[in-house]
Amino acid sequence: MEEVASLMQGFSIALTPYNLALMFIGIVLGVIIGVLPGLGGANGVAILLPLTFTMPPTSAIIMLSCIYWGALFGGAITSILFNIPGEPWSVATTFDGHPMARKGQADEALTAAFTSSFVGAFVAVVVITFLAPIIARFALKFGPAEFFSVFFLTFASFVGMGRGSPWKTVAAMALGFALAAVGMDGVTGQLRMTFGYDQLLNGFDFLIAVIGLFGIGEILSSMEDGLKFQGSQAKLRLRVVLTTWKKLLAYWSTSIRSCIIGCWMGITPGGATPASFMSYGLAKRISPRGNNFGKGEIEGVVAPETAAHAAGTSALLPMLTLGIPGSPTAAVLLGGLLIWGLQPGPLLFVEQKEFVWGLIASMYLGNIVGLIVVLTCVPFFAAILRVPFSIIAPVILVICAIGAYTVNNNMFDVWMMLVFGVVGYVFNKLQYPLAPLVLAIVLGDKAEESFRQSMLLSQGSLNIFWANPLVASIMTLGLLMLLWPLASSLRARFGASRSATA
Amino acid sequence: MHFRRTMLRRGLAGAVLASAALLTGAALPAQAWEPTKQVTFIIPAGTGGGADQMARFIQGVVGKHNLMKQPVVVINKAGGAGAEGFLEVKKSKGDAHQIIITLSNLFTTPLATGVPFNWKDMTPVAMLALDQFILWVNSDTPYKTAKDYIEAVKAGDDKKFKMGGTGSKQEDQIITVALEGVTGGRKFTYVPFAGGGAVAVQLVGKHVDSTVNNPIEAVAQWRAGSLRPLCIFDDKRSTYTTKVTGAMAWSDIPTCKESGVNVDYQMLRGIFMPAGVTKDQVAFYVDLFKKVRETPDWKEFMEKGAFNNTFMAGDEYAKWVEAAEKRHYELMKSAGFLAAGK
Amino acid sequence: MHEQGDATDEPALVSNRVMEIVVALLLLGVSAIIITDSVRLGIGWAEGEGPRAGYFPFYIAVVLGTASIAILLKAVMGKGEGLSEAFVSRPAFMRVITVLLPAIAYVGAVQFLGIYAASAAFILFFMIFVGGESVLRAICVGLAVPVFFFFMFEKWFLVPLPKGPIEALLGY
Repeated sequence: MEEVASLMQGFSIALTPYNLALMFIGIVLGVIIGVLPGLGGANGVAILLPLTFTMPPTSAIIMLSCIYWGALFGGAITSILFNIPGEPWSVATTFDGHPMARKGQADEALTAAFTSSFVGAFVAVVVITFLAPIIARFALKFGPAEFFSVFFLTFASFVGMGRGSPWKTVAAMALGFALAAVGMDGVTGQLRMTFGYDQLLNGFDFLIAVIGLFGIGEILSSMEDGLKFQGSQAKLRLRVVLTTWKKLLAYWSTSIRSCIIGCWMGITPGGATPASFMSYGLAKRISPRGNNFGKGEIEGVVAPETAAHAAGTSALLPMLTLGIPGSPTAAVLLGGLLIWGLQPGPLLFVEQKEFVWGLIASMYLGNIVGLIVVLTCVPFFAAILRVPFSIIAPVILVICAIGAYTVNNNMFDVWMMLVFGVVGYVFNKLQYPLAPLVLAIVLGDKAEESFRQSMLLSQGSLNIFWANPLVASIMTLGLLMLLWPLASSLRARFGASRSATA
Repeated sequence: MHFRRTMLRRGLAGAVLASAALLTGAALPAQAWEPTKQVTFIIPAGTGGGADQMARFIQGVVGKHNLMKQPVVVINKAGGAGAEGFLEVKKSKGDAHQIIITLSNLFTTPLATGVPFNWKDMTPVAMLALDQFILWVNSDTPYKTAKDYIEAVKAGDDKKFKMGGTGSKQEDQIITVALEGVTGGRKFTYVPFAGGGAVAVQLVGKHVDSTVNNPIEAVAQWRAGSLRPLCIFDDKRSTYTTKVTGAMAWSDIPTCKESGVNVDYQMLRGIFMPAGVTKDQVAFYVDLFKKVRETPDWKEFMEKGAFNNTFMAGDEYAKWVEAAEKRHYELMKSAGFLAAGK
Repeated sequence: MHEQGDATDEPALVSNRVMEIVVALLLLGVSAIIITDSVRLGIGWAEGEGPRAGYFPFYIAVVLGTASIAILLKAVMGKGEGLSEAFVSRPAFMRVITVLLPAIAYVGAVQFLGIYAASAAFILFFMIFVGGESVLRAICVGLAVPVFFFFMFEKWFLVPLPKGPIEALLGY
């Protein structure tokens, strides 16, 4: 086993006191960066990049990738406590994580989220260690048609999710797609729906929408109830980690499924965001408690977190071997490689063995260190909810405003955040589902772009989506997902009538 | 620990150079102006692209060699193909604590979208380098020269050959349209992608037939033997003679002109600042970028990306920009990319 | 997240039915705007460009329009659960307004005072007048939070946020 030997050597590089200290600093900084929505992972890594220029490249990437892990862990904290996801892949975590916090189970939700992210990331690292060469080639098979099929599959596995009026689900999703289309069209370079306003050039960033719809909307709803915030019942129990772990064991099948979805989506560069939504959608359909999803079901935290982190971690490999970053944070890390004098690409594994295996070893160690750090802080994070609402509400609003501003350094976005806040409040009361709306804002423009690129390649023939076994099987899977709700309702009716006659 | 040693050496060299710069700085008469607060460095493009890499690299070099007392803060303002960043600079008249790095979208975005800005709304500071473009194909294809490839395009059906590129109605598509001038009426199917790295990978995966990637975007795949450079869109060959792959150096890539494809195009990597600033303020930045260009880090960066390492400032630079704007107007006009009313 | 219908003893300001109709009409308006702009951009196939820029938004807008008409008809005909119930009661609405209006004022103030001074003022105002916290406590939180963020963003992470006259006096 050549891999094992290389990995051991990697550990010997990563396990110096200097590198371990950098790991710890990286994780702590990362958690801080992840908690403040104004400092997303990309921002944080970019800001700290210059500091690493005087370090050896291996140490530098260890610290920066630990900031990345830390930020991933940290993103779950605001999603669960305040309903404000800082990154697109933590959006699905809010669906059940925040209701859990409102029920006073913030510590359980946090433990579940942290543990699941660790499991996902760890499985992905093992996959990377042993399958690296095969994986790297797989990503090359992904052209525009394959990307579209993945987005299609994501939307398909999410359809039929909402309770209540199907018309409202459709309207919410369509509104999301429409908002995603504002700004410059990537294919023709034309401006769409900007009506001459420079502020609209950028379109609506998903973060603005999400901070408004979820974060501000939540504050408005809480105000309506009169300054009450039920999370304040959160108890401070360190033992909760152990009891939650015991509960999590029951969801082993969800964990395995989410790991598979995540690794697959990370390796094929589908990305962490579709992975988290897809995994959540599937878990809701398969779980016997699926009807409770959205009301604070721990399985609804496990599924997206596991998948997102499995995907995020396994996506680092195509990044290193192909030079295509899967996220803005990865893009900044890639730029860092160049500055340290490394050339990301297929030869990195041949020419810079020490660096690559040092990095892989640091993924193992960084995640373990990260898990320990965040788990010990669970009671502290949960305690934030004990701060009276009259103090926490204005502070959250300030954080939201900073977060919205820093997306594009633009005041207009802060105004839009308030507008989205009112929309979120009203939609919530009229039972328009917010999840499809956000999903469409996050993935809508990407789905449209890959569809139109495919159409360009095939000169308008839809056959491109069935042109090879890979894309055909993903599309078929997507169609099955679309038909599933229909089939299951038919089966339910059929099954009922048969049992009635029997 | 091979890395650590080289990094140490590099660090040492940097320290020596920095102290040398400090000494010479001290010997010169006191500077008339210098920044009194942090300098905002705007990138009119997304994170991870060529402009972003260069700007963050400069930020790192300035920090590492202590070239400025105040910190440099980098911000991406990529909206509307960079229009957002340029509009910000246009709005900040007289603010000497703001600089912007440009790519070809300085010319193409206002021409293609009609968003109201122009380089004349800003103060030209310096040209840092010119980025090259190379015609690439997958190395599994039989095309060994640009001529082979163009002949194949001529012989094939219209739109049979797919050209991958970054963005729409920007440099990659402009070059593609210019190439169509020598293909005997056969057109390419131009497929826009979000970033240069993604474009190179699409070519490796054979989803497109050719690209006009910048050297730095495709060099890794070239070295791995997946891509083949056919010609460089410049009137003379690259000056970098160090071997990049086993057999070839950047200077071994023929110019397109040599191969009978009369197209040349380079992209400006230059610095501008808002209008209404004083001469001293401009002089500070010209001097700063001169210092940046003298560092060994910069030279290594230039070679890695096969940049045309030309420096210009003052009137010379302004004249160059004016000529480049005219050229883009002509190119985009003949390609039919101009927005209504331009 | 919130169940419909507030405590029945509080007088209703507006019924769910009215709000349903208003929202459906707004969505219909959005749909009309998108369709207009899509038609301007072209909704068919362009030679060499594939589907035109308006193709995708056009069909999305058609779907949005159809859905909002369906919602509108349902509401107008009075079909559906809870339509006659209160969307929001008057006291509840007043409570929402007490946070929404200061929030709007806050965002407006950011443009003139910078984000730090505006945040301090907003937190002070909210804690004292809305939250009923003690003045001393409000001053502590109201000063500590912006100062912390100032060091965090401007000093440590070098992320420039909007600044106003007070920061300018201090040399930023």
